[in-house]
Amino acid sequence: MTTAPEPPAQGWLQRHRMIITPLMFLLPGVAFFAVYVISPIFQSFYISTFEWNGLGSLSEQGEFVGLQNYRELMADRNFEVSLWNNVKWLALYLLAIPGGLFIALFLNQTIRGIRLYKSLFFFPFVISQVVVGLVFSWFYLPNVGLLNVVLGWFGTEVNILGNPDLATYGIIAAGLWPQTAYCMILYLTGLNAVDPEQIEAARLDGAKGPRMLWHVILPQLRPATFIAFVVTIIGALRSFDLISVMTNGGPFGSTRVLSFYMFEKALSEYGFRMGYGSAIAVILFLIMLIFISYFLWTMWRDERGARH
Amino acid sequence: MLKKLTSAAVALTMTTGLSGPAVAQDLDGTLRIISDMSNPAPREVMEGLAADFDEMHPNLTVELDIVDREAWKSQIRNALSANPPDVVNWYAANRMEPYVDSGLFMDITDWWEAGDFEGLESVKGALTMNDKQWGVPYTYYQWGMYYREDIFNELGLEEPETFEQEIANCEVILESGRKCYAIGTKFLWTAGGWFDYLNMRTNGFDHHMALARGELSWTENEGVRQTFENWRTLIDMGAFIDDHQTYSWQEALPFMVNGEATSYLMGNFVVPQLRDAGLTDDQIDFYQFPAINPDVEMGEDAPTDTFHVASGAQNVEAAREFLKYVTSAEVQTEINGPGGLGQLPINANASVADDEFIQQGFTMLSENATGGIAQFFDRDFPAEMASIGMEGLQEFMVFPDNLDDILARMENARQRIYD
Repeated sequence: MTTAPEPPAQGWLQRHRMIITPLMFLLPGVAFFAVYVISPIFQSFYISTFEWNGLGSLSEQGEFVGLQNYRELMADRNFEVSLWNNVKWLALYLLAIPGGLFIALFLNQTIRGIRLYKSLFFFPFVISQVVVGLVFSWFYLPNVGLLNVVLGWFGTEVNILGNPDLATYGIIAAGLWPQTAYCMILYLTGLNAVDPEQIEAARLDGAKGPRMLWHVILPQLRPATFIAFVVTIIGALRSFDLISVMTNGGPFGSTRVLSFYMFEKALSEYGFRMGYGSAIAVILFLIMLIFISYFLWTMWRDERGARH
Repeated sequence: MLKKLTSAAVALTMTTGLSGPAVAQDLDGTLRIISDMSNPAPREVMEGLAADFDEMHPNLTVELDIVDREAWKSQIRNALSANPPDVVNWYAANRMEPYVDSGLFMDITDWWEAGDFEGLESVKGALTMNDKQWGVPYTYYQWGMYYREDIFNELGLEEPETFEQEIANCEVILESGRKCYAIGTKFLWTAGGWFDYLNMRTNGFDHHMALARGELSWTENEGVRQTFENWRTLIDMGAFIDDHQTYSWQEALPFMVNGEATSYLMGNFVVPQLRDAGLTDDQIDFYQFPAINPDVEMGEDAPTDTFHVASGAQNVEAAREFLKYVTSAEVQTEINGPGGLGQLPINANASVADDEFIQQGFTMLSENATGGIAQFFDRDFPAEMASIGMEGLQEFMVFPDNLDDILARMENARQRIYD
């Protein structure tokens, strides 16, 4: 009955279970990540050295052209326009962060029905980007759009989406609406975690207003700011649906960004240049890589800091 | 019970077999069709075709998938590559090129030669590429000027036959506080229609097609310059509605419906839209795009929509029978009739519907299109040239001063694309 627990014969698996178990858990995720994310990156590099229409197999139908696609990109004015538009998106989209912060500060009070107000401010983020795009393109419509009706009272009018110099800004403004709401919600959660004792202490020391915000509140909101920065950068780089809905890249290509141009060249109705599209994708990837490296480095530094 | 059902089915087959043209062969298995006829009326036609064909062949099951027409333009490549259906919809002429080149459409030259498609000789050219046939047409439609007859009457105008008359008409229309032409160029192709007509009228059909084949330069080409010069005359007059780069072609329709613009250069598919918007046939009429250069014969745009067999088709026999069925004179009369597509039948033995616009289009194309019949800018030019070209045309309509730069870009694209 009372058998003394004999030490079980330790197999190889048993002995290394501390290493093997986490590896087994990681395996499915790593495998999918490798197949669906990592390998397409290298495939894009590979395809970008071919002239291929995307139909039939690459080895039979494709023609190896080396770096020709990249050389062509350098001389392509549409590519230049798209690249600059990406820069505009990245720079102006960041306005969502201060915008979200101030709305969050404004809403961070306890009055009757505050939850309702918060929901209303958060609403634009819940509706689909396509709907946001449609609403704004109606808003901007010449003659009948709300904006031009109001401008009409002052005897002026402007067709924002029809003007190649203004259209991109018009779309970014539409994008800022939901993005600001997103940043707001991040800051609202962040504000919940602000330490009341520190505020109390700061108040005793005579801090208030902007000084309180800058020296006491904001440092505590650093994690929220970091996340807001990450999601905003990502949002700016994925700005595809708004462009597609609002202007379809036009007028005459003035609102394209790299992702839209890539789609147009490789996959759209008239796009049969997989190689060229891949070359654009590679450039876009390299741009993203700058930000990704920065994010990873920041996270790595913070984690190391937490451990020490 | 089962027996009764089968005999009923047989009886049904026999009755439809009598009225239908096809010889009820013993087809079996499944026929898979993917169609882009997603607008309400065409959808009904396509569903009717599939159901009737299914009924005619008791051992055959017809599986029909209807895909949104716009979405199909980019989905077709996936549909044809992986697990392809037997029959698909597409467009004639150069639009077939990528799929023909990659071997995704089946070469059906033999079927044409075997006499499957009697009465289709005149449209064979649009389905021919590399001296082989790659599909069959099922409908086509004319392009031209659809205009507000009541406003023309009010202003005392008549259908113009020359460009001078067209301009003179337009001056009267502009003076009355209206615009001459509704157009929405957000999706670019509408500008392609204007270029097609202005260029075919200025330089002739042959010049236009040579341009489409990449044989003529865009920059070193007096003819093309003249075409843009003519276009510019209209633009500088303020003949086109403002802000057209912001509208789709449907969004520009209200201008014509409300009488703010009098004419619309468009395909015949605009007619149901105008009727639905409340205009009666007394208020709308049609005229052929007027002559510009008296020395060239009239060429017309008449885009043709088609059926193709995928090269990976499983049920080739049924597919062949289906193409034969769709193009037969009786089915053509029926599906292109006013209750169906309301367009022109492609079979010479089919009868043309008794409709003011279809009749006018038919007369125009059969009697007064001696120059030749083109498909359309984005079907005659290779895909990439079409997309770069139409973008340039839209820019020209907004900033005509950029012409040199636009032509240089198009020439640049031409030298790369056609070599």
